[in-house]
Amino acid sequence: MDFLLTHLVAKYNFWLYIILMMIGLYAMIAKNNLIKKLVGMNIFQTAIILFYVSIGSKRGGTIPIVEHIAGGGEHAINPTRYVNPLPHVLMLTAIVVSVSTFGVALALAIKIYQRYKTLEEDELLTRIRES
Amino acid sequence: MTGNYPALLVTVPLLAAFVIYGCSWLHKRSCLFMALLGLTIPFAISVALLKKVLINGHISYHLGGWDPPWGIAYELDPINAIVLVAVTTVALVNLIATSKEIETRFSDRRGAFYALYLLFVVGLLGIVATGDLFNLYVLLEIASITGYSLIAMGDPARAPLSSLNYVFMGTIGACFYLLGVGYIYIMTGSLNMADVHVLLPPLYHSSAIVVAFIFCLVGVMIKMGFFPLHSWLPNAYTYAPSPATSLIAPLMTKVMAYVMIRLMISVFSPKFVFSSIAASNAVVWLACLAIVMGALMALAQRDVRRMLTYIIVSEIGYIVGGAWIGNATAMSGAVLHIINDVLMTFCVFLSLGAIARSTKGYQIENFSGLFKKIPVTMATFVVSGLSIIGIPPTCGFFSKWYLILGAIEGGHYGFIVVLLLSSLINIILFFRIFEEAFFVYPKTNAVHTEGEASIAIAETPFVTLIPLVLTAILLIFTGIYSGSLIALIIKPVVSAGLL
Repeated sequence: MDFLLTHLVAKYNFWLYIILMMIGLYAMIAKNNLIKKLVGMNIFQTAIILFYVSIGSKRGGTIPIVEHIAGGGEHAINPTRYVNPLPHVLMLTAIVVSVSTFGVALALAIKIYQRYKTLEEDELLTRIRES
Repeated sequence: MTGNYPALLVTVPLLAAFVIYGCSWLHKRSCLFMALLGLTIPFAISVALLKKVLINGHISYHLGGWDPPWGIAYELDPINAIVLVAVTTVALVNLIATSKEIETRFSDRRGAFYALYLLFVVGLLGIVATGDLFNLYVLLEIASITGYSLIAMGDPARAPLSSLNYVFMGTIGACFYLLGVGYIYIMTGSLNMADVHVLLPPLYHSSAIVVAFIFCLVGVMIKMGFFPLHSWLPNAYTYAPSPATSLIAPLMTKVMAYVMIRLMISVFSPKFVFSSIAASNAVVWLACLAIVMGALMALAQRDVRRMLTYIIVSEIGYIVGGAWIGNATAMSGAVLHIINDVLMTFCVFLSLGAIARSTKGYQIENFSGLFKKIPVTMATFVVSGLSIIGIPPTCGFFSKWYLILGAIEGGHYGFIVVLLLSSLINIILFFRIFEEAFFVYPKTNAVHTEGEASIAIAETPFVTLIPLVLTAILLIFTGIYSGSLIALIIKPVVSAGLL
């Protein structure tokens, strides 16, 4: 029970990202259809994005928008009150990266389909062997 | 102006890439000129930076005036600078040498090709120069995505599928790296390499840091095609268009190997890598396996292009093994081998691209009698082949020499045996091609019926031949001056980090 509380419940974000990542990896390895593999790849990337987003959060933290009182000048900011924005900002870039990877991969899938009229990997391999 | 060189190094080709793509709609002929301009400027800058670094020492450039660890810094030490010079040189020379082929082969898509080409170079330059872990990830993906697209422009039957397999593997690699960076960020709260390096030592016993290091390492190893993770490499490099192969094959894997060394020295410390993680023996043995398997699989190929891709797998084994032996001599050997291998692989792929003009295919049989037809091009192929084997005046010998010295020092005798064995296999690999090219003549008389013109195949055009010959000469010069290369550039940095 103690193990359950300290390792599973308290760190549930880690477990979630690991499970998602393994689902993605499974799809990439086991699926025969290229598009399904691509979806697996996207799940894999999203798992890591979620992991990053989760590490920025703080108990009782609010969104990191600092209010400036008009004419109040500089005032001390208590960082424990705010969620860490940096991992979130990093993930904006990672999302762009994953979108562009996905775009390139889909374009490649279209090219493959135009040539071989299939996206099933085993059929593709037999057609390549025949040609 | 000179103060901003590190930023210009990356921004000039980046802007040029976009301008070229716009230009391709308006005025197609100016694309090549602009691409050349977009690579000559970074080349000049990288040479100037190397000179500056050698005189003044380490340069730290803060992008946008934000001081690290908050802002992104570009760090330039002598090794960084020499790798930058190698990248820009290969990119520029390759563009000049293959311009004719690009212009004819991609006449309708040249804007896209040049833009991707420049963006690929941007990614690599950024990877080498950056001092920020996350920035490295972004630039790594820029280089990879453009690399996928360039590869997919090759043989329409096979290239897209090979490229897609590369996408799958490459994305897993980049994701693992990103995950490792995430763990480092959790533990230290910083992404700046120098800052992380300072913050890490008290945390070396934490399992999160060990896991972070392993994640980063596995990610980078997938990207560099280290043996068990190399499966994407041979197909991707074989079916890519030859102007892209001679750009990507020398640079991508070697720059990733360099990233691994950077991670080992300037993010983590050699003390952590070699003492806290007791994996160095295992990795060296894995590298031995990579070398042997690469060489054996190369031996099984009849297609010369495919054979060379397996040689890359084996060369990556040298670099990883040298880096993980864990003393300054072997590490210098590994860094020297990165630079040498960039040049040798470039020379061999470039001359293969030039040879392919005069042959019908890449099979060894197609090489028969080539020395008569294209003596100078074949001579450059021979020089690069000898360099990969490791014959003394060429540069390949010297890095292998340092690797062997380091292995003796570190007591890794298995690595020495494997290194010599793979050199012997390389001799077989190249001499069976040389034999075909020098001593075997095409038996068929079919050429006579087609007319005299097809018998006397002309030598490669000068625009390709001159860069090719210069590269071959550079291989020998790098070999002759490798002593000063080690003493001036590599040793100071490596010794500061190691032992």
